[in-house]
Amino acid sequence: MLRFLLNRLGQSVVLLLIVTVITFFLINLAPGGPASTMRMEASPEERQAMIEKLGLDQPIYVRYIDWITHAVQGDLGISFTSSEPVIQRISERLPYTIELTVFTIVISVIVGILLGVLSAIKRGKAQDHIINFMSVIGLSVPAFWLGLMLILLFSITLGWLPSSGVGSRGADFDLWGWISHLILPVLILTTTVLPNIVRFTRSSMLEVISQNYIRTVRAKGAKESIVLYVHALRNALIPVVTIIGVLIPRLLSGAVITEAIFGWTGIGTLIIEAARGRDYPLVMGVTVMITIVVVVCNLFVDLVYSRIDPRVKNV
Amino acid sequence: MDKILEVKSLVTGYQGKEGFVRAVDGVSFDINRGETICIVGESGSGKSVTSMSIMRLVEYENGRIIDGEIKFNGEELTTKNTEEMRRIRGSKISMIFQEPLTALNPVFTIGKQISEAILFHHSLGKKEAWQRAEELVRLVGISDPQARLKQYPHELSGGMRQRVMIAIALASEPDLLIADEPTTALDVTIEAQILELLRKLRQERNMSILLITHDIGVAAEMADRIIIMYAGKVMEIANTKDIFDQPFHPYSKGLLESVPKMNGERGVPLKSIKGSIPSLNEIPSGCRFSPRCPFATDKCHTEEPLLEMRGDRQVACWHVDYLIENNLLQIEEEGGVSIEF
Ligand SMILES: Nc1ncnc2c1ncn2[C@@H]1O[C@H](COP(=O)(O)OP(=O)(O)O)[C@@H](O)[C@H]1O
Ligand code: SF4
Ligand SMILES: [Mg+2]
Repeated sequence: MLRFLLNRLGQSVVLLLIVTVITFFLINLAPGGPASTMRMEASPEERQAMIEKLGLDQPIYVRYIDWITHAVQGDLGISFTSSEPVIQRISERLPYTIELTVFTIVISVIVGILLGVLSAIKRGKAQDHIINFMSVIGLSVPAFWLGLMLILLFSITLGWLPSSGVGSRGADFDLWGWISHLILPVLILTTTVLPNIVRFTRSSMLEVISQNYIRTVRAKGAKESIVLYVHALRNALIPVVTIIGVLIPRLLSGAVITEAIFGWTGIGTLIIEAARGRDYPLVMGVTVMITIVVVVCNLFVDLVYSRIDPRVKNV
Repeated sequence: MDKILEVKSLVTGYQGKEGFVRAVDGVSFDINRGETICIVGESGSGKSVTSMSIMRLVEYENGRIIDGEIKFNGEELTTKNTEEMRRIRGSKISMIFQEPLTALNPVFTIGKQISEAILFHHSLGKKEAWQRAEELVRLVGISDPQARLKQYPHELSGGMRQRVMIAIALASEPDLLIADEPTTALDVTIEAQILELLRKLRQERNMSILLITHDIGVAAEMADRIIIMYAGKVMEIANTKDIFDQPFHPYSKGLLESVPKMNGERGVPLKSIKGSIPSLNEIPSGCRFSPRCPFATDKCHTEEPLLEMRGDRQVACWHVDYLIENNLLQIEEEGGVSIEF
């Protein structure tokens, strides 16, 4: 167990280094810089002063080394655009994204597995065709278009749901206000991962059903419900767990688009603001945070995987 | 004699692209109580489909019994509903399969898989079922039962897993055990051990065994009577000793001649039957064996012989009398059937 974790930690550090180097160089190579986002009437001297103040006159590798030295000590720097620590800006926004993604993943996993199993068991029948058709639609319709259509329908035409914002928190929190703001974003984000889980569960289940050990269970005199929901499902879920790990990055990139459509003030909108404002420390901070989330999720998936498949040596 | 199973004119098949194909086409035989009977035939003869029909498992694998009767202890199985059939499977009729490596569910322990088989048919507590599983595991010759029950299938060898399958099959003291090529995937030493175990269990429990094999050598060691199957039909049924003394069917003769001498190298047929078994879409007219039969006549190619009684044996061949009178079915010596009885 310890060996496994150390190994994983080593891999994660290398991954973080690669990701931060690439991101750092990319944002610095992008045209424009923090100074270009200043007021139009700023004089060349003022611009130069700002560049020097932010240390942008240094060569790029010096700046990266400077950044990484601070970063490993837990100091992600000060945001260019708001003069607050990057950590603080991220931690203000993070809970909203967690809300959005956790709801999405829980709903997608439960509904996805149910529909996938149903589709496999009713293979070739109407239920299977309907589920299959919906999955294809979900996979092929772009999230932003679907988001706009839903806003048109539910917010503008019917007026049932708010079209944007996160609802009020704190003292004047109200449950319906919260949920009503969540419904559309979660729905949109769900369409980016749910069809994958449905299709994967279906094919996994179909494969398992034709295995020899399923025949053995029937030969023992098991009820069909036990054959399907105990013996087959338990095996079919093993690969589904791994696909969930694969879907996490997809979910996060989906979150950026969804947050943008619905003005959901989470990490997704933060990274757009940061990129637009050439807020290098903030972009780097969000990058580091997302990478860590992905690494941790994958670690978690691997641990779950080794628990549910006895053939994988327990770590 | 007291019959445990009577199969009459069984027809089972699959819906193919070019219509329904009959994998088993009018098979009849019976099994006496306490008897071991072997179905022998090349791969693709319909042996597995026959056994899966008796278990009524074909319908879970896209197959269908379209005609015939299967009487078990006098009760007709083909008309039983799903729930009635479920109560018989694994309790009165049990089955073990060819592939011990894939026959057990990889995610559950041996103990769970055996005790579950007990619980499907008996109202016991989990603990009692587990204890019973432990006895069964000991019975099939697995050492250290307590530890074994906690292991997963992948931690056991093929031979061990087949023993576990036998333990599962015995969970409810069945009247009939169907073993579909139980040793085909195992090496010779393990095969001998498993066959020995089956013989022992049969003696101790007066259980009938339907053993399916493509290896007539295995049948020689195990069977009281042998059923020779070819392309979905029964060619011959006879006592084991009789068939080895003198086969009545050219196909039986071919199978016997393909048996290596016991001291010879195993798995290298000394003389194999020319040609190969027809696919279900192109079953030959007349006698199904006629394209490969050295004695086939015009009649053989056009009219299908029925399985008919001949003394206490049954055979489906137009020319059986002629062939016997002229000593044409005698096994040639170097074909070497030197199996000890
Ligand atoms: N599920 C199935 N679908 C279609 N054809 C099948 C199926 N199972 C068996 N068959 C066909 O039935 C014939 C007999 O098969 P089988 O009983 O397995 O032969 P054996 O056990 O004697 O080797 C073969 O031609 C095989 O292709
Ligand atoms: S009926 Fe004819 S073809 Fe068939 S086994 Fe007998 S002799 Fe051969
Ligand atoms: Mg077979």
